[in-house]
Amino acid sequence: MEVLQVKSNKEITDQKIKITGAEAVIRCLLEEGVKTIFGYPGGAIMPIYDALYDFEDQITHILTRHEQGAIHAAEGMARISRKPGVCFATSGPGATNLVTGIGDALMDSTPLVCITGQVFAHLLGSDAFQEIDVIGCTNTITKWNFQVTKASEICDAIAKAFYVANSGRPGPVLIDITKNAQIEETTFEYKKPVIRSYHPRPALKSDKISEAASLINSAKKPLILAGHGIHIAHAQEVFKTFVEKTGIPVGSTIHGLSAIPDDHPLMKGMLGMHGNLGPNMLTNSCDVLIAVGMRFDDRVTGNLSKYAKQAKVIHIEIDPSEIDKNVKTTVAINADAKEALEALTQLVDNKTYPEWYAQFDAFHQKEYEKVIARDLDLSLEKGMTMGRVIKEISKQTHGKAIVATDVGQHQMAAARYYDYLGNNQWVSSGGAGTMGYGLPAAIGAKVAGGGRTVVAFIGDGGFQMTLQELGVCSQWNIAVKIVILDNEFLGMVRQWQELFFERRYSSVELKNPNFCMISEGFGVKAKKITKATELEDAVTEMLAYDGPYLLHVMVEKEDNVFPMIASGKAVDEIVLE
Amino acid sequence: MQEYTLTVFSEDKTGILNRIVTVITRRHFDIKSITVSPSSMEGIYRFTIMLVLEEDQIRKLTEQIDKQIDVLKAFYYDNSQIIYQEIALYKVSTEAFYGSDTVENLIRNHNARILSIEKEYIVIEKTGHQEETEALLNELKVVGIYEFVRSGRVAIVKPMERLKNYLKSIEG
Repeated sequence: MEVLQVKSNKEITDQKIKITGAEAVIRCLLEEGVKTIFGYPGGAIMPIYDALYDFEDQITHILTRHEQGAIHAAEGMARISRKPGVCFATSGPGATNLVTGIGDALMDSTPLVCITGQVFAHLLGSDAFQEIDVIGCTNTITKWNFQVTKASEICDAIAKAFYVANSGRPGPVLIDITKNAQIEETTFEYKKPVIRSYHPRPALKSDKISEAASLINSAKKPLILAGHGIHIAHAQEVFKTFVEKTGIPVGSTIHGLSAIPDDHPLMKGMLGMHGNLGPNMLTNSCDVLIAVGMRFDDRVTGNLSKYAKQAKVIHIEIDPSEIDKNVKTTVAINADAKEALEALTQLVDNKTYPEWYAQFDAFHQKEYEKVIARDLDLSLEKGMTMGRVIKEISKQTHGKAIVATDVGQHQMAAARYYDYLGNNQWVSSGGAGTMGYGLPAAIGAKVAGGGRTVVAFIGDGGFQMTLQELGVCSQWNIAVKIVILDNEFLGMVRQWQELFFERRYSSVELKNPNFCMISEGFGVKAKKITKATELEDAVTEMLAYDGPYLLHVMVEKEDNVFPMIASGKAVDEIVLE
Repeated sequence: MQEYTLTVFSEDKTGILNRIVTVITRRHFDIKSITVSPSSMEGIYRFTIMLVLEEDQIRKLTEQIDKQIDVLKAFYYDNSQIIYQEIALYKVSTEAFYGSDTVENLIRNHNARILSIEKEYIVIEKTGHQEETEALLNELKVVGIYEFVRSGRVAIVKPMERLKNYLKSIEG
């Protein structure tokens, strides 16, 4: 039995030795340095799971409770490690349960390699048991997808998958492998792919850098928009140097958070619908806008026809299709953010803009008085706001935790009130706004983050979409700190119904279960608090606890997130109440 | 809105047609015609897709198609930048053809030609722009048409440099 002999060896030296396609899959993952896979087995992927059994000492498979949990965990892992997250699922419903996460990863530029089992090649199109055309289903939501029908295609397909997923603008890749290809034998040869149709790293054009530098150097009221691309390019350090040298204030997109620390004097807050007053208002009075690794999403720009019309726009972006997509640029720098910033930093002048900063400060003062002071109110008689719970956790984690969130009001509060003082701390579903993302993504982030504290802020609505993954926290002792901010409503939808639908609260009220009992049932320690006086101690206890922990916090029922740029309004039409 | 022709070069990969088409249909754009066939370069397919769009729409669409991993390159052109053609086949009864001069005159006037003469029917071929194949169709309808089919557009590009340099770069 040649195959059995090979399995016990760590390396294959003789290229003539044949192994099964399934074993080739696992060996490809080892070549890529994959240590953790999230997944869920089933009929069409059983040969791969069987091969995995022989490599348990080298690769950990975490069995989630649902394929959606697997893919969001892989996303969370990818966002912290900045390497492709890997997940397995079987054919049919297993594969379609990945679809939401794949779409989410595409919108948030998250590298994933999803491997799905498929029915035997000769059964394709026959409506065989658990046969679904997952390639067709994922065409518009993958960066690339491919169906393998022969074992000999496996190595090249997986090598290409890893390369495509994490080069250029990262994204999800799906490889669908028919069962016969898993069972058949093939030789193992893992080579770096050459793809003539794919050029992920555009060459930096020095004339564009000079043009941008002269625009920046002559600006009177410039503004930098910091995006996810800074994290993806590992450009945080050079970004900070660039910001400090130019003296230009920064507004961050939601995924740009923690690109520059929140306590940096030039960090002026978050952009967009629930961002800060200063950077939003002043987007429409700046003279030069420097966008770095961001895509002018509608949640950032509000009404595009009234967005920064007065400004000259410099757009640093690796994906050429994003340039001039939403906002017309004056100077387009189609390049990796780190490379572009390094070159640009050489050519820009040392400057400061005291009068311009004062405008940000004035807006901050106004926002503080109208919104922030109330959101962080420490008078103990009142019910808790989400903001003060988050601020307490921020304080006790020294602003250095990885923050994972679900989607909704708590997400906006976490973006606004956690003080991001570390680097690459934000794990959240931005573009897709996927409820149910928070818990599994936090699990993935914790696996990738190792010793780093991971706090998951989750609403009572979203938590109930993927709470089964508590079982994963328990089984693998993944010490995620889960904070449920419970207002017994689908809070963000309720807020919109209050503001734009005459308080007609249609299907937003939740009669919630006993979250602590559920958590304890899964073997995850839990505690519920209802009063602000309990908050500080409860947070201390949660953070000190060795293992996963769920803190169930009752917050004000009908609180709203402000400031807000209502749908269709301009950035400078942002309101405080 | 005006007619644009998208020229896409892709690898010969299963599913690439679907991928390109869904980039278009996702935006709720109608494909007026599509022609796919092997290009002059081995292993490379050439797509010619006709759409009626605003310039801004076709520019962004081209970027999105160009971004697909197995797409080598996508270009777009307005009608002034291309020489284009379609082919149409018409099946009419042999009796109608012999019964009077009408069909023969139509073939002469429209610069069409007869591809095949069978006992029951003849097949006429006409190449031209859509208006031209349509004009012949309308006139033949008077004598009666058994069957009609029209191909999608094929187009040769007028500007020399961009495409030529690009093709050189992939062949080299």
